[in-house]
Amino acid sequence: MALQSLDIKARSATTTPSPSARGEAVKVAKLIDISKCIGCKACQVACMEWNDLRDEVGDNFGVYDNPRDLTDQSWTLMRFSEVEVQAGKLEWLIRKDGCMHCADPGCLKACPSPGAIVQYANGIVDFHQENCIGCGYCITGCPFDIPRISKKDSKVYKCTLCSDRVAVGMAPACVKTCPTGAIVFGSKEDMIHHAEGRIADLKERGYQNAGLYDPAGVGGTHVMYVLQHADQPEIYAGLPKDPSISPMVALWKGITKPLASFGLGLAVLAGFFHYMTAGPNEVEDDEEEHTS
Amino acid sequence: MQVTRRQFFKICTAGVGGSSLAMLGFSPTAALAEVRAFKLTRTTETRSTCPYCSVSCGLLVYSLGDKAKNAKSEIIHIEGDPDHPVNRGTLCPKGAGLLDFVHSENRLKYPEYRAAGSKEWKRISWDEAFTRIAKHMKADRDANFIATNDQGVTVNRWTTTGLLASSAASNETGYLTVKVARGLGIVALDTQARI
Repeated sequence: MALQSLDIKARSATTTPSPSARGEAVKVAKLIDISKCIGCKACQVACMEWNDLRDEVGDNFGVYDNPRDLTDQSWTLMRFSEVEVQAGKLEWLIRKDGCMHCADPGCLKACPSPGAIVQYANGIVDFHQENCIGCGYCITGCPFDIPRISKKDSKVYKCTLCSDRVAVGMAPACVKTCPTGAIVFGSKEDMIHHAEGRIADLKERGYQNAGLYDPAGVGGTHVMYVLQHADQPEIYAGLPKDPSISPMVALWKGITKPLASFGLGLAVLAGFFHYMTAGPNEVEDDEEEHTS
Repeated sequence: MQVTRRQFFKICTAGVGGSSLAMLGFSPTAALAEVRAFKLTRTTETRSTCPYCSVSCGLLVYSLGDKAKNAKSEIIHIEGDPDHPVNRGTLCPKGAGLLDFVHSENRLKYPEYRAAGSKEWKRISWDEAFTRIAKHMKADRDANFIATNDQGVTVNRWTTTGLLASSAASNETGYLTVKVARGLGIVALDTQARI
């Protein structure tokens, strides 16, 4: 195949090496500044519009979250939390939930289907539904509980960071539409720099624990948050403090899989040598008549 | 199903052989991983204004086809216009969902008329609609126009008819709307963006 619009850095259930001769691509990142978000959900609408998704009209269950959870049609969701960080000081924290595009993606590691999950050289982790077998291992492998299986086609869907837009030099749909500029997009380096400015500003305004959420446990992420209270990310609708890939995934894919392959090979080899040395089992004519 | 010992071995051999060949790379070529094709390539980009509120955000409307004689246009995507000074590419949730507003089944596409006491809406032409509106306006103005007040001062007021202007109107359209309305003496003039 000809040159692809984006080089592939890693591919699920594939042992052959990925192309790497061309120079490093610019790593992209989306930065979500929670302190600037007003919860208007324009990002949710723009995401559905661009990706040709239409979720069902949700219902009110006492909070502004709609739908109640991420679905195969809602790849991003505003999660509203009312938190009293200090006694008597209520804060309304609104986090835009969705795929974090981990540098070390647990979904890709857990996926048994070749090419169903790929990581591009610019850092985007993308699902290719035509290769998806619907096993749901990626959901187990994800430290942020993001992928959702579709009831319609039993394939898993999640945010693509608008890989189709980014590949032609545009910003993701959610980023472009954001009216308050709470979501920004650019090179990861620039986004970290932008975040530093925002954090300094927040600290000046009394948020002593303001900081950047770019968890090292998953190798850093290509979707980052500016948090007013970076010391306790759990208050933002359960954002994990120190996310890491489940040890079960590492155990299964890291040790069990090669061991099992080795065992299988050994059994075949042993069978072959047994055949060569001991020879085949002689079958009595009457025995065959009895069994059939 | 009855399987003899011999058949069982044959099945096993075929299975192991098949999967071994697949493992050695003789498998059918898997679909190559490629990003979803960019859906706006060679679509027609048209500038427009969001019809919802008085902010009047700039829009880029993308439609299928290149306006060639036999190509029928169809709007497939709408997003903010980065060159527009009002919104610089951004859109609120209502604006971001404009595609479904355009294609809505409930959208009014032509003038309709419901006679007094009737339950039926009847489709009429734009000419008929404009003529009807003009006739009603003239009749009402002739009957209720106030040229002077109690002190005999000229006021030229027409207080029995109001005008609701569009929110998607540009500055120039807004200027003309005011000129027409005030010229007729209309006092109650507003825009639907404030509702």
